[in-house]
Amino acid sequence: MGLHDPGLARRRRLANRAITGLCGLATLIVLVVLASILFTLVVRGAGGLSLHALVTMTSPPGSHGGLLNPIVGSVIQTGVATLIGAPVGLLAGIFLAEFGAHFGVAGAVRFVSDMLLSAPSILVGLFVYLIIVAPTGHFSGIAGSIALAILVIPIVVRTTEDMLRLVPVSLREAAAALGAPRWKVVLHVCVRAASKGIATGILLAVARIAGETAPLLFTSLGNLEWSVNPDRPMASLPVTIYQYAGSAYEDWVQLAWTAALLITAGVLLLNIIARAGLGRTDRT
Amino acid sequence: MNEQSGKTTTGPAAAGSALAARPGLATAVPAAAQVPMAASPAAIAIRDLDFFYGSHHALKRISLDLPQRRVTGMIGPSGCGKSTLLRVLNRMYDLYPGQRATGEVLFDGQNILTGGMEINQLRARVGMVFQKPTPFPMSIHDNIAFGIRLHEKLGRSEIGARIEDALKRVALWSEVKDRLREPAGALSGGQQQRLCIARTIATRPEVILLDEPTSALDPISTARIEELLDELKVDFTIAIVTHNLQQAARCADQVAFFYLGELVECASADRLFTAPSEKRTQDYITGRFG
Repeated sequence: MGLHDPGLARRRRLANRAITGLCGLATLIVLVVLASILFTLVVRGAGGLSLHALVTMTSPPGSHGGLLNPIVGSVIQTGVATLIGAPVGLLAGIFLAEFGAHFGVAGAVRFVSDMLLSAPSILVGLFVYLIIVAPTGHFSGIAGSIALAILVIPIVVRTTEDMLRLVPVSLREAAAALGAPRWKVVLHVCVRAASKGIATGILLAVARIAGETAPLLFTSLGNLEWSVNPDRPMASLPVTIYQYAGSAYEDWVQLAWTAALLITAGVLLLNIIARAGLGRTDRT
Repeated sequence: MNEQSGKTTTGPAAAGSALAARPGLATAVPAAAQVPMAASPAAIAIRDLDFFYGSHHALKRISLDLPQRRVTGMIGPSGCGKSTLLRVLNRMYDLYPGQRATGEVLFDGQNILTGGMEINQLRARVGMVFQKPTPFPMSIHDNIAFGIRLHEKLGRSEIGARIEDALKRVALWSEVKDRLREPAGALSGGQQQRLCIARTIATRPEVILLDEPTSALDPISTARIEELLDELKVDFTIAIVTHNLQQAARCADQVAFFYLGELVECASADRLFTAPSEKRTQDYITGRFG
């Protein structure tokens, strides 16, 4: 009946155009914001980018310092945090997705994990300050790593659980039908089928903590000297940005921009490497 | 229609009155229907089986024998309980709380429902192939090795030999022998389903359950799998659920017709399709319902 009504067809065409236009506009806004951030970062940061900045330690204003200790400190703290947080999050996510149905605590675990996901990171920093920094009496790299690990866990829990839930029932049944015990079904088939998504979740978590400043202010503090000792205060790029960007010295501000560019480029590089690697091994 | 070349053309008594009413069915010939059922003892004997999904009574007092090294076809309209029955035979329903079976399913002298037999042991001996191909996210080689390694400790070369043997039996070897290390997901649908059958027979089961194994496949792949069933029944007891009556007529030695959770009739394929003793069977195979 209404199908041949020319008015209806016109209204639908207009609605179609309007929605398409709005979607396009929203995309444009997002892209413009992103592009302008990246553009500013590159323009302002690239000026200070040199081999000298990468291999020289931080030093007082005006003495031509670099970013070596914050770079190394960031890599160490982020790496250790991932090594602690990712396995815990992975196992907890597997528990929630695969075995949680049989346990009453699963709902509580999921709720707490989701709360942690949206908790302000500065709270996590204060928490670690209270349980590690205060008792030991000094700031330390390991305290920073633990604070970051606490941020990693809920992200990995959520993505792992979600990805495992996407694994089709038919795949689980097929593995069970061969006589595979539950844990083998989960580990060898389900986790494998979800590995791409799980890895993406871990990467997301790494990207998130690589730029975290607040939790580090109360834990690893930052260090203007060279230190890779996890029991001592440790420098990091975000804290360096925080200190340098607010300073009155032109060369420090320049280094802050460069540090910001480095974090962004590092996260980007990590994503590209991971994607290339995953794409090769898991082509299904 | 997926007529199979060679096998379907020599039908003598097959084109009975019931079949003639359904176009296409007239050409179907019951495979090996000549073999008397009594000649083969039951691999699995089902006695007074009831099955419940929660409070829903899905199977009602089913008694049925699956004769050794024969193909039993299970037909009936959607929701009649044929797939449910298949999932009782390897206790697949155990994965889901709220599903339970009562009665007896005798396999190797034991009632598998009462849990005397370890469940993964049972599933190694009663394999299952599903409607949709279910390759695991690993290589072709590892897909088959996975099942073997679950139950046996074998060396690398022995596993390789078992894989080759299984792939040859499903006529997939020549197609994949040069890419065993490639992901199984890259195979076509028909190849994937044959891989799944290879994976099942590689664990050396006694019984193979097939749940509409060709309904997601094209006619050529379907014909291949039907041919395969004929070869496999030399060694295995086979139960196949199918919506395709011609397939049941072509492949099965005996056919069981289910309706609303009841086993209406079970007879040799030519008998059931030409001279069913129940009116409901007659109505179903002539297309009056379902």
